[in-house]
Amino acid sequence: MIEVLSVSKQFNGQEVLKEITATFRNGEVSLIIGQSGAGKTVLLKCIVGLFTPEKGKILYDGRDISSMDKKEIRHLRQEIGMLFQNSALFDSMSVLENVMFPLDMFSSMTYNERRKRAMFCLDRVGLSEAQYKNPDELSGGMQKRVAIARAIALEPKYLFCDEPNSGLDPQTSLKIDELIHGITTEFGITTIVNTHDMNSVMGIGDHVLYLANGNLAWEGNKDNILNSDNELLNNFLFSSDLVKKVKEMSLK
Amino acid sequence: MFLAGSIKSFGSYLILMRRVLSRPQRWSVFFRQTLHEIYQLGINSIPIVLLISFFIGAVICIQMKLNVESPWMPKFVVGYATREILLLEFSSSIMCLILSGKVGSNITSEIGTMRVTQQIDALEIMGVNSANFLILPKITALMSMIPILVIFSIATGIAGAFAIGEFTGIITAEDLTTGLQHEFKQWYIWCSIIKSFAFAFIITSVASYYGYRVTGGSVEVGQASTNAVVSCSVLILFSDIILTQLLMQ
Repeated sequence: MIEVLSVSKQFNGQEVLKEITATFRNGEVSLIIGQSGAGKTVLLKCIVGLFTPEKGKILYDGRDISSMDKKEIRHLRQEIGMLFQNSALFDSMSVLENVMFPLDMFSSMTYNERRKRAMFCLDRVGLSEAQYKNPDELSGGMQKRVAIARAIALEPKYLFCDEPNSGLDPQTSLKIDELIHGITTEFGITTIVNTHDMNSVMGIGDHVLYLANGNLAWEGNKDNILNSDNELLNNFLFSSDLVKKVKEMSLK
Repeated sequence: MFLAGSIKSFGSYLILMRRVLSRPQRWSVFFRQTLHEIYQLGINSIPIVLLISFFIGAVICIQMKLNVESPWMPKFVVGYATREILLLEFSSSIMCLILSGKVGSNITSEIGTMRVTQQIDALEIMGVNSANFLILPKITALMSMIPILVIFSIATGIAGAFAIGEFTGIITAEDLTTGLQHEFKQWYIWCSIIKSFAFAFIITSVASYYGYRVTGGSVEVGQASTNAVVSCSVLILFSDIILTQLLMQ
């Protein structure tokens, strides 16, 4: 479980996050949604520890990240898997080497055990046949799946995904969402997804947070998001004609 | 303003080097990376070093013949001067200036691209000391390969001088050999190697620093590569003065 307690973050005197408080539970996919510039990525980077908030605390199962020394932070990061917007696969390594990399760095397994674990992860995302390919030989969706395999290689307790569906077609996005949700429930991971994709919200939104101008403007789940009376959220949600029609149909 | 910026950059460079020059997290991965970099930075540089050294050795020989030889000078002076130039300056300083263009821009663009495509962020989030993981193998690899490159450069430069003498007849092989052996000081080879160690460190660390600090996109990566080559060249020339003064006194 990750707890964010009254977290604020400023850049050049401008407050980007304002007293954000939220709890992210195990085995649940939490989605952070909001307009561009609302503070989603900054919040995610504060949680991961890439940014240090000016105020507030971030607790990983009760452990305060701000009071950890470098060694403890490095140890904590071995419990974290992260999926980046552009996959961030190491292009000097093959697919298998990418997935084996965290194991090479941090596990005490033998080579065969590491390879077996990496193959299991690749198999889990349906890409075991691509093990010898280089990342640039894969499509965007396949790269995302390899990045997921790499993120889960060390059996993380926490999984963070920054815009996992950006640049992907709806069908591939759906597959990525199902994969993230499946892995989260299967391994009991605390997963936080930063997204703009309303399909993801309606598909895997066990827990949804809406950020507006650095404030936590709404919190709920996929079942009650369409019926919310929050004006800011409704303006964001129903900016698309498709979602408007879905709501009209559901009301009928 | 320029001074303040330079001091700030030097401070950032020292902070980065503190992270780089720490114990590798996993020695087996470090050795694997170092071998990879030895191939990328060292072995791949051998052809350009051989090519340039051969032609420069030949050109130095021609220039010495045209400009230095006179009835008052012994014939072997051409070989003597060619050897001294190759040993004392070309095969260490000038070759490293050339390598700063090839290797330096390669390092900056590689690390810079990793920065802008979030590969470095991915390493950090995994708990990897990205500076140490990416930069230390490059420094180790080039510093371990540079003596070999220097020796290759000296040998090929001399071969170039022999070749031009043979093809054009401007100097006989006997006169050239006498000149090359005249008052030979082994210390000059060590000077060349010691200087090249320092230059190898400058090339890899400064180029890595520029790449590691890139923010933005492909344009910024290109700018960083150019800045890295310029800075490496200036620093090599500046440290050449200091090292030559220290080693040759």
